[in-house]
Amino acid sequence: MPRPVLILFAHPAYEKSRVHLSLAAAVRDLPAVTFHDLYEEYPDLDIDVRREQELLRAHEVVVFQHPFYWYSVPPILKQWMDLVLEHGWAYGATGRALEGKTLQVAMTAGGRDQAYGPEGFNRLTFREFLAPVEATARLCRMPFAEPWVVAGTHVITPQGVADATASYAALIRRLGEG
Amino acid sequence: MQGFLLSATVYLAAAVIAVPIAKRFGLGSVLGYLLAGVVIGPSVLGFVGAEGQDVMHAAEFGVVMMLFVIGLELEPALLWRLRGALLGLGAAQVAATTLAVTGAMVAFGLRWQEGLATGAIVALSSTAIVLQSLQEKGWMKSDAGEKSFAVLLFQDLAVIPILALLPLLATQAVATTGDAHGAGAWAEHLPGWQRAGVTIAAVAAIIGVGRLLVPPAFRSIAKARLRETFTAAALLLVIGIAVLMQLVGLSPALGTFLGGVVLATSEFRHELESDIEPFKGLLLGVFFMAVGASIDFALVGERLGLVLGAVAGLIVLKFAVLWGIGRVAGMARDQHLLFALALAQGGEFGFVLVSFATQNGVLGASVTGVLVAAIALSMAMTPLLLLFWERVIAPRAQAAASPEREMDRPESEHSVLIVGFGDFGSSVGRLLGAAGVECTVLDLDADRVDVLRRMGLRVYFGDASREELLRSAGIEKARIVILCVGDAAVNLALAQRIAHAFPHVRIFARAAGRLSAYELYEAGVEHVFRESVDAAMRLGADALRVLGWRAHASWRLAQTFRKRDDANTKRLAGIFRDSEAHLSEARAAIRDLERQLREDRSVPASQDDAAWDAESLRREFGAGGGPRPE
Repeated sequence: MPRPVLILFAHPAYEKSRVHLSLAAAVRDLPAVTFHDLYEEYPDLDIDVRREQELLRAHEVVVFQHPFYWYSVPPILKQWMDLVLEHGWAYGATGRALEGKTLQVAMTAGGRDQAYGPEGFNRLTFREFLAPVEATARLCRMPFAEPWVVAGTHVITPQGVADATASYAALIRRLGEG
Repeated sequence: MQGFLLSATVYLAAAVIAVPIAKRFGLGSVLGYLLAGVVIGPSVLGFVGAEGQDVMHAAEFGVVMMLFVIGLELEPALLWRLRGALLGLGAAQVAATTLAVTGAMVAFGLRWQEGLATGAIVALSSTAIVLQSLQEKGWMKSDAGEKSFAVLLFQDLAVIPILALLPLLATQAVATTGDAHGAGAWAEHLPGWQRAGVTIAAVAAIIGVGRLLVPPAFRSIAKARLRETFTAAALLLVIGIAVLMQLVGLSPALGTFLGGVVLATSEFRHELESDIEPFKGLLLGVFFMAVGASIDFALVGERLGLVLGAVAGLIVLKFAVLWGIGRVAGMARDQHLLFALALAQGGEFGFVLVSFATQNGVLGASVTGVLVAAIALSMAMTPLLLLFWERVIAPRAQAAASPEREMDRPESEHSVLIVGFGDFGSSVGRLLGAAGVECTVLDLDADRVDVLRRMGLRVYFGDASREELLRSAGIEKARIVILCVGDAAVNLALAQRIAHAFPHVRIFARAAGRLSAYELYEAGVEHVFRESVDAAMRLGADALRVLGWRAHASWRLAQTFRKRDDANTKRLAGIFRDSEAHLSEARAAIRDLERQLREDRSVPASQDDAAWDAESLRREFGAGGGPRPE
């Protein structure tokens, strides 16, 4: 039973990104995948809440694809969470619209893997930094999948991009197969 | 009294019936009045008869009022700018027309004195008909409009020396020594230098009284808050000036014009204008009808060839002279033609001068009958000539543009073509330029094109309604055409033509308002932008801030409101045509606004942003315990 995948893509300077251009190209036309480019849809951050909720309803897997900015999500994704995940709809006593849908974070980070961890420069792991997203998933009764991260994009080689792209496409396929 | 009421009924009824019909057929009100006059006149229905001439004299006062209103609206700066046209074109026109007509009359075997008198009489054009027509069509501010106005003003001045000249041309025994025009002008019996002094004193009085006495007087009347007293004072002012002018033998129209100019800077300008306006309109209407009624069709029928020849000769000669003057003045071809057509007629002062000349034994009855008919018919022809210009010449002239300027040949081919580079178009072009997108620009304002080119922009002079120009501007390779012409009708016509001829190109169009947006959507344009919406929303949001709203909240509301409004406009575009097609544009706009307001009320624009409203959260979690997002 295929599970339709909704990729919420958030990149304010997509045209300048090397890694995301490649990642997006590999998944946007996969069957049962809806590639939803938030900055393209809502350049003024004026998110159409009803439309977003309809999209969520129609999919079983939700992917946040974005660069890791200041240890967090880009602002439009936070705006999206603020507005779309309404009380009484996404959480709360009567809010069960998202129950059981998987939330997958797929992000790129400039720093290398070694910088993220107790011994590293940033002290915390990616998963620890993503605690707010994980807590959001929990509140919305959504299983939170282990974050998928391409680290070290400041120094990534073309081969590295190709490898990451193949890995990402495989991840999305796997999610879609359920 | 009964007679007065009866003829008032006839005139008013004729006006009420004829003018809307004439306007409906695009003929303009002046022609409507003239036709109404012909119909009620002795030649057709005979409702009004011999008193037509008297009515005309009374109604001439409409011309006086018109010049007062024009004076009120005139900026002194414009008058100063027109001084060259006034003295140069005006003097040249009067002198050249007089001489040309004199020559023609002498060639037809009249005495030179009669010829000169006739020439001076027909040199004057009809201020009433020309200005009323130009105003109605909105051409007063055009080059031809301003120059016509200047020439008419000069002609009003010229009446004075002509009145002085006519008695000197007498060739026949004078029966009576009365005079029609300056009746009761005691100043006429004074010696020359005293007369000049009195005239200057009268003009100074108008300026002095207008500047110093009128404003405080009107202020105290305004304090009484009696509408009709104010109206009475306004009328008193105009009539008083006219009487004073007649006493010293000057043109009353000129005097009231001067009075208007003096009061143009006072705070009562608009008040005066709105008080005089209805009288002016009515009297002018009656005047035009009287002109129509005074055309003696019996005479015309009897001497058909002669009268028609005289009319044609009058119009052709005046046109030729005006054409030559316009040429020397270097007017653009279409304006040049309008100028020459507009003034090619005899005028209301002509009637006055004809009777004056008759009384002074200058002209014999054989000449005057034909002359009066010719002047009246030439006046009646003017609205038709202007209509001809509007329908035939103007569109062609726009297509061909001015002869001294060939259409540019845009050699570059960009993927964006902007038509119309005024405020709106240039803002769009600058934004695209900032993004590094080069655009080809077409504009019809030659001066603007020159300035922009000097600044290194690729702007081309040309009329985008011509397909070959669009082709040479590269529309076939363009992806986008941006229509930013200020005239909504022109913009729409361009959109329709381009959508039809070049279906591959995406049209982005500026819309004047909601109705114009509907029409553009209907023409198949997908990207329609109402020009005032964004500014209005920003203004509204800022106003809300001053009223105590948080900046972001008011901005969000404006954002949401605008999106809903845009969506509504798109949706209503289809409905509009079906339901409101029968209404006039203004009526349809009101009906549309009504519907918008109803919809606004049923869907409050601020319903969104529920997620930032913690009300429901407080209700659910207020008792404590349970999960909450923090």
